[in-house]
Amino acid sequence: MSEMKLTGWRRENGRVGVRNHVVILPLDDLSNAVCEAVANNIKGTLAIPHAYGRLQFGEDLAVHFRTLIGTGSNPNVAAVIVVGIEPSWTKVVVDGIAKTGKPVEGYWIEQHGDINTIAAVSRKAKEFVQWASELQREPVEVKDLWVSTKCGESDTTTGLASCPTVGNMYDKLIPQGIYGVFGETSEITGAEHLARKRAISPEIEEKWYKMWKAYQEEVIEAHKTDDLSDSQPTKGNILGGLTTIEEKALGNLEKIGHECKFIDALQPAEAPAKGPGLYYMDTSSAAAECITLMAAGGYVIHTFPTGQGNVIGNPIVPVIKITGNPRTVRTMSEHVDLDVSGILRREMTIDQAGDALIGMIGRVANGRLTAAEALGHREFVMTKLYRSA
Amino acid sequence: MSIPQLLVHNPEDNVGVVVVEDLKAGTDMLCVVTLDNSSFRLTAIDDVPIGHKVALKDLSAGDTAIKYGEDIGKMIGPAKKGGHVHTQNLKTKRW
Repeated sequence: MSEMKLTGWRRENGRVGVRNHVVILPLDDLSNAVCEAVANNIKGTLAIPHAYGRLQFGEDLAVHFRTLIGTGSNPNVAAVIVVGIEPSWTKVVVDGIAKTGKPVEGYWIEQHGDINTIAAVSRKAKEFVQWASELQREPVEVKDLWVSTKCGESDTTTGLASCPTVGNMYDKLIPQGIYGVFGETSEITGAEHLARKRAISPEIEEKWYKMWKAYQEEVIEAHKTDDLSDSQPTKGNILGGLTTIEEKALGNLEKIGHECKFIDALQPAEAPAKGPGLYYMDTSSAAAECITLMAAGGYVIHTFPTGQGNVIGNPIVPVIKITGNPRTVRTMSEHVDLDVSGILRREMTIDQAGDALIGMIGRVANGRLTAAEALGHREFVMTKLYRSA
Repeated sequence: MSIPQLLVHNPEDNVGVVVVEDLKAGTDMLCVVTLDNSSFRLTAIDDVPIGHKVALKDLSAGDTAIKYGEDIGKMIGPAKKGGHVHTQNLKTKRW
């Protein structure tokens, strides 16, 4: 990609975005209707409705705020309007996003009602979207890209082809100074002995292992009925030939290649702060939750290997689908951005597939719509740690 | 090289993955080990869907299935060499 010309929007804080969204962001479930009405009124704005934001507390509330602030702060977003039912939590999110220096305003519905709020927010949204529409792309460098990964509807072809393709991309681009991230805490189970060895230092290994172990003890042991074989692997995984969580985890881990070590283990939606390199983030293995958290961590492009054909997208981050399964290419081609099924036929090497993915990342950075973007996939799912008060 | 019907990750593995659609019992499969590009032949004894596993040797209940050179679970039923390995005869050791 060193010879490919890359362009993006350099934001007020120096970070580079590859999309230029004006987001109408609800603080809570109650404010979705206003946000969707505004996005309908003012063309070119994007509402991101979600299910939560009321009566949360403790770490669960912290993850909620971090996810919303991170989403608004993502460099793919030019400007944000936050709408909540009341002013004080709305202000927490507005103040968090304001630290990036980008335009952000907050509105609340109490004592105004939906209709007056929609009118006021629509006027501000029109101002923001006309301002954002004049911002120009400029030349940027490979190292300006933050690229996340998570796979879904995996099968045995993901471990043979699409996951190693992503791993090869990281082996090539991490040394060029990009930020990477992988996660899926439950899906490391069965390969945790290999994941541990990929930590940069004994301290980070210990930090990571505590995260993985906490999930086993606090979530799985606390809530399992008999075992997780009905959920991990998923029914789709099993249809695709994956039998056990160990087998799934070993394929999953192919996404981080063979060269790089992860330099920190991040909390859900935490922004990386140790410089360029590969990171781990404590996330669910459910695609929408995981990508939502990684986007909130500041990643601007997502690489998504799939076997059986997951159709996931994200409102603010382009999701690039890679598959090695020739049946999925045949039956679901409209969802596939990169076909690496040639690896299974021994017509394409992993090295060639990695180069093809790097080329696709460059094209998507420069503006090519991904399959998920063209099809309108905007899955945005908040991670909920426990029941609300 | 002709197109393989079965790929094996690691020379130590005792299962491989069918990578073509509509594989029928009796097919003389070209099998390629991706780690070292070595190849061998094996006859499938079941119809096996794309993506599903085949035993590279006779496996019995209690045996460990090896893929990627790693433990992927225990056999809970037998699989003959060339036979289908999946949830009917293989289970996780974790949960």
